[in-house]
Amino acid sequence: MDKVLEMRSVTKQFPRVLANDQVDFDLNYGEIHALVGENGSGKSTLMNILYGLHQSDGGEILVRGEKVGIREPRVAIDLRIGMVFQHFMLVEPLTVAENIILGSELRKGPFLDSKRAIQEAADLSRQYGLKIDPTAKIADLSVGLQQRVEILKALYRGAEILILDEPTAVLTPQEVEDLFEVLLALRAKGTSIVFITHKIKEVLAVSDRVSVLRRGKKIGTKATSETNEQDLAEMMVGRVVLLNVDKKPAQPGEDVLKIKKLSVKDQFGQLKVKDLDLNVRSGEVLGIAGVEGNGQSELVEAIAGLQKTAGGNIFLGDQEITDWSPLKVREAGFGLVPEDRHRRGLVLDYSVADNLILGLHGKKPFVQRGMFQNHKAIQKNAEELIEEYDIRPPVASQPAKSLSGGNQQKIVVGREFSQNPKLLICTQPTRGVDVGAIEFIHKQVIAQRDQGAAVLLVSAELDEILSLSDRIAVMYNGQIVSVMPVDEVTEHKLGFLMLGGREEDYEAGEVDGNAKQD
Amino acid sequence: MLSKIKQLRWQEIATPLAAVILALIIGAGFILYVGENPLAAYRILFMESLGSIRNLATTLQRATPLMFTGLAVAFSYRAGLFNIGAEGQLYIGAFAAAWVGFTFTGLPRLVHLPLAIIAGMIGGGLWGAIPGFLKAKLGIHEVINTIMLNFIALYLTDWLATGPFHGGSWVPETARISPTAALTRLYPPTRLSTGLYLALAAAFFAYLVLWKTKQGYELRAVGLNPQAAEYGGINVARNTVIAMAISGALAGLAGTEQILGLHQKFIVRFSADLGFMGVAVALLGKNHPVGVIFAAILFGALQTGSAAMDRLTSVPRELITIIQALIIFFVAAEYLIRRMLRMKEEA
Amino acid sequence: MGEFLALLFNTAVFAAALRMATPLIFAALGGIFSERSGVVNIALEGMMLIGAFTAMFVSHQTGIPWLGVLGAMLAGLLIGLLHAVFCIHYRANQVVVGTAINIFAGGLTVFLLRHYFGAAGTSPSVATISDITLPIISQIPWIGRVIGRQNPLVYLALVAVVIANVVIYKTSWGLRLRAVGEHPRAADTVGVNVFRMRYVAVALSGALAGLGGTYLSIAHLSRFSEGMTAGRGFIALAAVIFGKWTPYGALGACLFFGYVDALQMRLQAVGVPTQFMNMLPYVLTMVALAGFIGKSVGPKASGEPYIKG
Repeated sequence: MDKVLEMRSVTKQFPRVLANDQVDFDLNYGEIHALVGENGSGKSTLMNILYGLHQSDGGEILVRGEKVGIREPRVAIDLRIGMVFQHFMLVEPLTVAENIILGSELRKGPFLDSKRAIQEAADLSRQYGLKIDPTAKIADLSVGLQQRVEILKALYRGAEILILDEPTAVLTPQEVEDLFEVLLALRAKGTSIVFITHKIKEVLAVSDRVSVLRRGKKIGTKATSETNEQDLAEMMVGRVVLLNVDKKPAQPGEDVLKIKKLSVKDQFGQLKVKDLDLNVRSGEVLGIAGVEGNGQSELVEAIAGLQKTAGGNIFLGDQEITDWSPLKVREAGFGLVPEDRHRRGLVLDYSVADNLILGLHGKKPFVQRGMFQNHKAIQKNAEELIEEYDIRPPVASQPAKSLSGGNQQKIVVGREFSQNPKLLICTQPTRGVDVGAIEFIHKQVIAQRDQGAAVLLVSAELDEILSLSDRIAVMYNGQIVSVMPVDEVTEHKLGFLMLGGREEDYEAGEVDGNAKQD
Repeated sequence: MLSKIKQLRWQEIATPLAAVILALIIGAGFILYVGENPLAAYRILFMESLGSIRNLATTLQRATPLMFTGLAVAFSYRAGLFNIGAEGQLYIGAFAAAWVGFTFTGLPRLVHLPLAIIAGMIGGGLWGAIPGFLKAKLGIHEVINTIMLNFIALYLTDWLATGPFHGGSWVPETARISPTAALTRLYPPTRLSTGLYLALAAAFFAYLVLWKTKQGYELRAVGLNPQAAEYGGINVARNTVIAMAISGALAGLAGTEQILGLHQKFIVRFSADLGFMGVAVALLGKNHPVGVIFAAILFGALQTGSAAMDRLTSVPRELITIIQALIIFFVAAEYLIRRMLRMKEEA
Repeated sequence: MGEFLALLFNTAVFAAALRMATPLIFAALGGIFSERSGVVNIALEGMMLIGAFTAMFVSHQTGIPWLGVLGAMLAGLLIGLLHAVFCIHYRANQVVVGTAINIFAGGLTVFLLRHYFGAAGTSPSVATISDITLPIISQIPWIGRVIGRQNPLVYLALVAVVIANVVIYKTSWGLRLRAVGEHPRAADTVGVNVFRMRYVAVALSGALAGLGGTYLSIAHLSRFSEGMTAGRGFIALAAVIFGKWTPYGALGACLFFGYVDALQMRLQAVGVPTQFMNMLPYVLTMVALAGFIGKSVGPKASGEPYIKG
């Protein structure tokens, strides 16, 4: 009857964002409770608070009916709360047993009792059906097995409440099946589980209840048996307010970007883009809708030459550009607004003027007599772009890091757009940008389109995709699952597809699309 | 130019200045320990290094090689690299310059001297390019390779100068260089040479390259944000090698100056940590050519004054080495204390 | 040819190799502890030098060389703490701090040397730790002559290697040490105090390096002279890398480098320039790093300050 965990009205404020806005969350004994939401919905933050990695700014937490303050992970561990992180906290050169006991070692005096450690690891693994070799080195294990070690770590410390943060993000389908079996076995033994995910199928497959967060607020909690994919999609994505951009209908021309059977691995060697096909024509905006982590980043970096491909071909016009260097791709008529302007798009310590020529710095008129920079031309370019793109404050010499996010983004946008590239990729172009700048950037995107550029827009913001795109492609799990003209799309269908739903299933479902559109 | 100097906020100079003052204060403690009066000792220190034209000349002479090594470290730092191998690079450069100096006879000065200088640059540049290449291609951190190469250079030049190129006397040095390869003395009887002009020219060159050329734009971008640089089409690997080569060439010039200007022959192990002091000079000078020049002069003054202080008081001259080390500690920590404060502002 | 081989492989050379290796072994063990915790320590040279001076000084003042040993370890430990404070607490660049310590040590030792003993450049003779003869072992043919009669510090070094290996691989402290150097955040999330581990490891590295210096001034020789470490701290660093950050590996490397050192004078007699022998450890280390002798990768978190949260 009692709940093993209750989080009441939890609030967490970060410098620029309210990550959790009076969120209520509870967990029954022996249940698997899915915590669902898009990126930025606050689900990870909420669980990090529970595990003591962040401190909440308001609200309270009750564990087994008692109010607690969780200052650090040690306290959470003592309360028998365990967490399996999305990025594993495993020490690679050490063995499974060593990782499990780290910090709570089994000892004979000062010495490690390795035999007992291995024995206990083996016992635990047998007890919970998590087959693993305790003497194996972490570095030699597959990702799925490494995850098991993380789970064993939590169980070794007596976790009765287990939190898993996006556990299937790094698993193969078979490993996902194995994981579900493990979770069900754990539940049978009385463990209460919180399962963070954005994949609807998983929610339906394994959870007892599901709670949905959106933009820091809790939208609702339902018994899994009483909900379905459409329902969850609507809760996750909500009613979308369309930012209306005045635009003429598109006049698409030839294919500018042609991608055939492209595969790309991420930095961990996992295949993130799988045999993907995609075309973008001149004079159109093709929007890729999808929750982050489905391969969009890798796709963009591969096109830009910043990442090696693992198969397939990329064409810019008639020219194959697969695995070209970033410089060559740029010179072929390519512009990119990267998803992380601080990491990729700007040298923050450089001035606005210097940032406005990044990537163009070797070309005339910015270079004269072969090697000297032409500061006059650089300054002139800066002044022109500052005015055209309304970059504030309009001081070309100040360092980029002193500008607001929106103005920093305008630097990137101004630089890339002013080159009038044949192919323009915009990734999360208005993330962290204030409303006024958003409107401006959107106008510029359409302007580029109207000038004949092929624009590939990648965004996690559905309203942005819907208002700017002429065609929309949904990317899920490394592949394009659907491409539709924008007028055939509703936000609900988009949400559904983005979360792994299959197009056929949507057609067959009952959704009153017209009534729900505003 | 003047407006740029005005733009230099007080804050920029405050931290290095504070580091120096703190170091001097602790140095005073050491002076008291040996039973002397700090004020008196410091007075001698500064009078004997800056108090007359002749002292100033000696100060500048001692500062000159530090200008080069300081520039070398500062330059590499701007490109995101830590060149702790200036010591080795200067030995190779020194020997190369010496070799040109004593091998060729009968060349006119106009040819011989520049040739020797260029040889020194090439020697140092190659020695610096090696770890640069190893980093670019194999990802090996430049710190450890440059440390190894320091010793390899030391022993290699040791062997060269006592073996195949031994000058024929009992001492471990090569033959004298030809007068046509020597740098002119500016202010006898001090040993200040036109090497000083070379150092100032090198500082100007470093400034020019870093802030006025496309190459410098790329190097600094790589140093500040290699991922954004890559995105901007910059070849990070190539820039790594170029940066280390230029840095090595600058260090090679330090050795060149010491041979062509000061010793006029290659003496085994002539450098008393000039390369490592370059790290201190670069740090104190905030990795900027102008700062490096001033920091080098400060260190040169300390070294010059310390000899007199040693003679006239019972304070051993090594006090200066201690003070120099303390300066490094405080500058290194200052950055972090300030960075921590800035972090508080952002959060 | 036979003569040449006899030159290379005789007991005198091996015995000398052990002696040459001893200071390296102590310093290398120190380097291993520091690096394993994630803190780069290029100040082994300076720490050794300070150890050497302190040992000489305490022996001079008290006449008891073993007190000198303790004093040196204490001095080394303090310098280690200095390194730790700047690197861990102030998060200063670890290479810069190490360089500063080396310069500091060079200056401080000569400063004190000249203050106490005048301008000679060396200290007066002091009481040393004399060699001892191991009862049964020294009777064994051939090996007995290599290892049977050595300085106690030599035996201590070998024992230290064994102890270090046990500590690092067989104790819980050692497990945490390795975790902290590879993945400090992982260790943090299971409640290991990353900062405290690093402080202890770096202080320990100072003490060990100091012990290495002790051998130079009051065992191998009987005085302290300016700069007497002569780059041994850096050879120890090379040994750490060459030995892949393991005590036995470093021991092997140190013995090898010691052998090279012992050999150089003998080889000089047959025309091999000593400088090439001197260069050898450094060249080999570069070769090892370049991957020609298997992978040579240090603890993953080495060199980066750990920032919580």
